[in-house]
Amino acid sequence: MTDNHDMTPHKSKVDSSSDDSKSTFSKNASIPRNLVQDATPAIDVRSIEKSYGEIQAVEGISFQVATGEVFAFLGPNGAGKTTTIRMLCTLTKPTGGSATVGGFDVVKQPTAVRRRIGLVFQEPTLDQQLTAEENLRFHAVLYRIPHEEVETRIVQVLNLVDLQDRRKDLVSTFSGGMARRLEIARGMLHTPAVLFLDEPTIGLDPQTRALMWQDVLRLRNEEGVTVFLTTHYMDEAEYADRIAIIDHGSIVALATPDELKKMVGSDTVELTTSNNELAASNLEAKGFKVKIGEDNIVVFAENGEQQVTSIIETAEVPIQSVRVHRPNLDDVFLHFTGRQIREGHNERSFPMHFRGFGHR
Amino acid sequence: MSTLSVPASQTRLVDEHIRLRFELRTIAMVWQRELIRFTRTKTRILSGFIQPILFLFVLGYGMTSLVGTTGGFDFKKFVFPGIVSMTVVTTAIFSAISIVWDREFGFLREMLVAPVSRVSIVLGKALGGTTIATIQGTIMLALAPLIGVHLTVILVLEVILLEALMAFALTMFGVFVASRIQKMEGFQVVMQLVLFPMIFLSGALFPLNGLPGWLAVITRINPLTYAVDPLRHVVFAIQNMPPAAAARFATGVTIFGYTLPLLGEIAIVVIFALVFLALAIAAFGKPD
Repeated sequence: MTDNHDMTPHKSKVDSSSDDSKSTFSKNASIPRNLVQDATPAIDVRSIEKSYGEIQAVEGISFQVATGEVFAFLGPNGAGKTTTIRMLCTLTKPTGGSATVGGFDVVKQPTAVRRRIGLVFQEPTLDQQLTAEENLRFHAVLYRIPHEEVETRIVQVLNLVDLQDRRKDLVSTFSGGMARRLEIARGMLHTPAVLFLDEPTIGLDPQTRALMWQDVLRLRNEEGVTVFLTTHYMDEAEYADRIAIIDHGSIVALATPDELKKMVGSDTVELTTSNNELAASNLEAKGFKVKIGEDNIVVFAENGEQQVTSIIETAEVPIQSVRVHRPNLDDVFLHFTGRQIREGHNERSFPMHFRGFGHR
Repeated sequence: MSTLSVPASQTRLVDEHIRLRFELRTIAMVWQRELIRFTRTKTRILSGFIQPILFLFVLGYGMTSLVGTTGGFDFKKFVFPGIVSMTVVTTAIFSAISIVWDREFGFLREMLVAPVSRVSIVLGKALGGTTIATIQGTIMLALAPLIGVHLTVILVLEVILLEALMAFALTMFGVFVASRIQKMEGFQVVMQLVLFPMIFLSGALFPLNGLPGWLAVITRINPLTYAVDPLRHVVFAIQNMPPAAAARFATGVTIFGYTLPLLGEIAIVVIFALVFLALAIAAFGKPD
């Protein structure tokens, strides 16, 4: 795993002992400026680790999430995403390190933490035989919402996810996407400080996923909730303010989506021309960085789309095709892990696939 | 680490009071959910009646001809309190076993990750099961006139109390078993290996005196025996039984020639209920 990192500008692999790694993260992690910075971060993780026997599922990771931030954990199945989320939600005890959520210690004050978090699991946890409203009322009691506030909150959260019309309907009549959105509404019912979403869009069609993301961003904007989510969909991580790429139990990169893409490299403009060599030499003469490919030339440009016209003018030969390529998160992931992220068909059975790698 | 401050200790007493109120609200909510779910599954209510009624008529009519020495007392009347017990036990176990469903459909997690005491959840479940089973058992009493079993208001009240105790004990037992079952398949096994033997060997369907030694031992070990007998006792107490029948169908469980008093039997059921309440809470507290 170390090989892949030699080219990374910053070494962000953290091991449980090093404290400086944390400062590495804070340097790279620029929190969007429009967010009010609370004195205490919503989530503060310090060298947290979890091992099952000899298998290290999470290898001492550290990061902070600011209040009101949407923070994504991106990684393949079995990377340690769910284990981390479970530790932060007090459902799994860490074997080392510490973490606070909403200012409370996840090991020492689990009840205080649970009261301040909303949880949406990968698997549905609704009672299908109850109506949407009954599910919410049940939740309201479990999370001690004062009696007189319950009705108002139910109306609010159902509006947030646009399910007010289905309030009296049995959950068994809901589609998968509606059920998931009801779960998110339920997770928000007790106005948590942090909403945890573990693979919130798994198994949803693209349209429903987009709808769900609108919901999540609206929650953040209207209720100011901090959102911590895990995903293995690249396009989804784009919505997040910051992304932590996690692989084999370690954070290999942590920054905003744009910063991550910049780390990977600049935009490229691919040209096919009637005379590639002439075009290349013309471009190089004007200071462009050019690579000649088999039947095209690749121009490296800071801001590819805006430079297309000047590149074409500079090339001074008839152009057959132009393609601007911006690094996407797939490239980012490939860059940091040396692998492409995929729906891990052979990696689904987490601890098992760790055995072969010997990454320690 | 200034963020780790907890509410000041002066307010502890008030906190305790508030906490208790919220836990009671949780118990009520879990209880209410059991009732809502019960009323929504009509088939469950129906099947809860069909099986006992089937047993009543198979045993009552079918076996009467075989059971010769009834001392002029209809065997149906003998078996009736047993059938009521059977209804209560089955409903209670079914209700408790819904935890396995809750696990399968994920709702158990919603309850387990919530910042509430698991004791409240278990108690809510127990009271829900108790209520449902008691109602179902009491509805069975409507068949009494058909069979010729005499009912009075006092008797019905006595029966309801005994049903509730039996239902509570069995729900607790069921919750304990259910919290150990991870898969739906385990449910069938429990029915085959636990529920039916318990009912059949409890004296619900045949008199306990005059059994072969080994069978007598098993029935005396079966805790359900001590829940069924008081029910039969109060029902028989106001029926006009010929002396021969009273002798043939004597109530009371005899161990080594000593007949347990009614309160002794009830005490055994109470202890059984409390033991399984504790076990259920302990088993329920285990992380998944």
